[in-house]
Amino acid sequence: MPAALEAITAVKGRWAGVTDRPSLDHPALNVPAPDLPAVLRSLRDEHGFDMLVDVSGVDWAVGASPRFTVVYHVFSTAGHEYVRVAADCADNAFPEVPTATAIWPGANWHEREAYDMYGIRFAGHPDLRRILMWDEYPHFPLRKDFPLAGIETELPDAEVVAETKTGAIAAPMMGGPFVASQGEINLTDAEPRAKDESWTERRPKPDA
Amino acid sequence: MPVEHTFPDSAAKNAQGEFETEKMSLSMGPSHPSTHGVLRLQLELDGEVVTKADPVVGYLHRGDEKIAENMTYNQFVPYTDRLDYLAPLANNMAYAIAVERLAKLEVPPRCQAIRVITAEMARVSAHLLGLGAFGIDVGAWTVFLYSFTEREKLYKLFEELTGARFTTSYARIGGVARDLPPGWTDRVLAFCDQFLPILEEILDLLTRNRIFVDRTAGVGVISREDAIAYGLTGPNLRASGVPLDLRKDRPYSGYEQYEFDVAVGTKGDGYDRYLVRGEEMRQSVRIIRQAVAKLPPGKWYAEDARRIIAPPKDKILTSMEELIQNFMIVTEGPQMPAGEVYFEAENPKGALGFYIVSKGGGVPWRLKIRAPSFCNLSILPKVCVGAMVSDVVSILGSLDFVMGECDR
Repeated sequence: MPAALEAITAVKGRWAGVTDRPSLDHPALNVPAPDLPAVLRSLRDEHGFDMLVDVSGVDWAVGASPRFTVVYHVFSTAGHEYVRVAADCADNAFPEVPTATAIWPGANWHEREAYDMYGIRFAGHPDLRRILMWDEYPHFPLRKDFPLAGIETELPDAEVVAETKTGAIAAPMMGGPFVASQGEINLTDAEPRAKDESWTERRPKPDA
Repeated sequence: MPVEHTFPDSAAKNAQGEFETEKMSLSMGPSHPSTHGVLRLQLELDGEVVTKADPVVGYLHRGDEKIAENMTYNQFVPYTDRLDYLAPLANNMAYAIAVERLAKLEVPPRCQAIRVITAEMARVSAHLLGLGAFGIDVGAWTVFLYSFTEREKLYKLFEELTGARFTTSYARIGGVARDLPPGWTDRVLAFCDQFLPILEEILDLLTRNRIFVDRTAGVGVISREDAIAYGLTGPNLRASGVPLDLRKDRPYSGYEQYEFDVAVGTKGDGYDRYLVRGEEMRQSVRIIRQAVAKLPPGKWYAEDARRIIAPPKDKILTSMEELIQNFMIVTEGPQMPAGEVYFEAENPKGALGFYIVSKGGGVPWRLKIRAPSFCNLSILPKVCVGAMVSDVVSILGSLDFVMGECDR
């Protein structure tokens, strides 16, 4: 039996709340958020999954519950196998899971990114600041209720604002994205089109 | 040869209150020649010794992951060019394989071999630039001129194959965009033949160069444990003595058929990282030669994947069935099963990973890009402390990162 399967069997035997997670490739586990650090530590110390390769937030849709999940991918540098560990955030309005920074210092930036993009907080994180967006940015851009075009936002630097007299503006969505809605019966509706057609080359932008 | 710093001494004296120095903060970048793009470092200095380094990333953030959720799998291929824009062919391949893992789709051997050849050429071109830029960072201009000339020859070959020098968009889900042009493999072999002696010349300019060795040996040492704990991958990890290469350890695209060695460092300093990259170029040439020699005949795309790969253009224009198939793929995207996959490929900068969450249909629900440069840079706050300001430049050059990939 591969080490990854052995590892997840052992973890399932030790923590009652840990269950199998459907996966198309690597062995995967669903872990209750409070057990997350203990499970990750056990995977690293007892089963040789010594490298944390990725931490990713997932938003399962605006009305979904649980809405946010954090997915960790750990890798064994000796056995060359991956294990996926997922933890659902209990509170949809204030998503939070414990941090893995005490186990892998490399989790620091990954978790900052998940916070930046989804607003998922990592309890015990030493430095939970935004990483890709600027510190004062008010939104969480990868949430499903954040529009693709972006939201008009003020820039953080007053001097820059005074000089340029502009902020971060929403992108004009002319010409894209061209994606047909799934399962539409009416062909006219299913035809690919720009999502925002309120203005075109012929029709000016409403508030311009 | 280890470089001695005065930092531990002065810190100890400081603690005893023997002399007071005022900490100075220095913002390095985001527009600085040695930050290779738009990285900014907030440094706290005691004299010329760094006491704290806080990298600020995100200046090149374009929201690739958000964009991916709003388009079909095929439409995202050109965006992967712009991750590590020094090796777009390798990114294209990593992304295509990730989606193929989701679709449980096998591509024909010829397609696999073509992808290997292009990915290894991309590795050579990326390392050539990395070496040249590293040389400039520590004051060796000539290397850059030599390595850029060689890289230009590779770009000519890329242009012939894909129509573009930089943004190749060559891979497709289930294949590659087109077959190799006639005579192209001969020109690749000719490039390999003339490249190896020049590569030795380029490396000779640095390997025994007193200034280069002084600036890199013992500078930016990353221990084996730290490299693993921070999730470093690629040459930066191997330089620290971990023989991890996904091409060997988790072979994809037929890498198991080719013989090559994995270069591993011993000390984990900037000089080791340089040596590892140099050796990797020799090994890449080895792989390219084998792949060209073994290049199997056949199709360059999966013919049976009718709901994923568009049919040939002449069929679309003459046959109703193929026209409908093409229309469905263009409008609704290639049809994928629901589920989750995570795939990592050994790219020039390290392991480029794609985590795809699919709810079925032609659009990913979530596409997370695990960028090697992002992880490799996360060790900066640790490795810069205690270094001189000029060492920071050498460390950045030796880590060989790309901000397009780091910021996504």
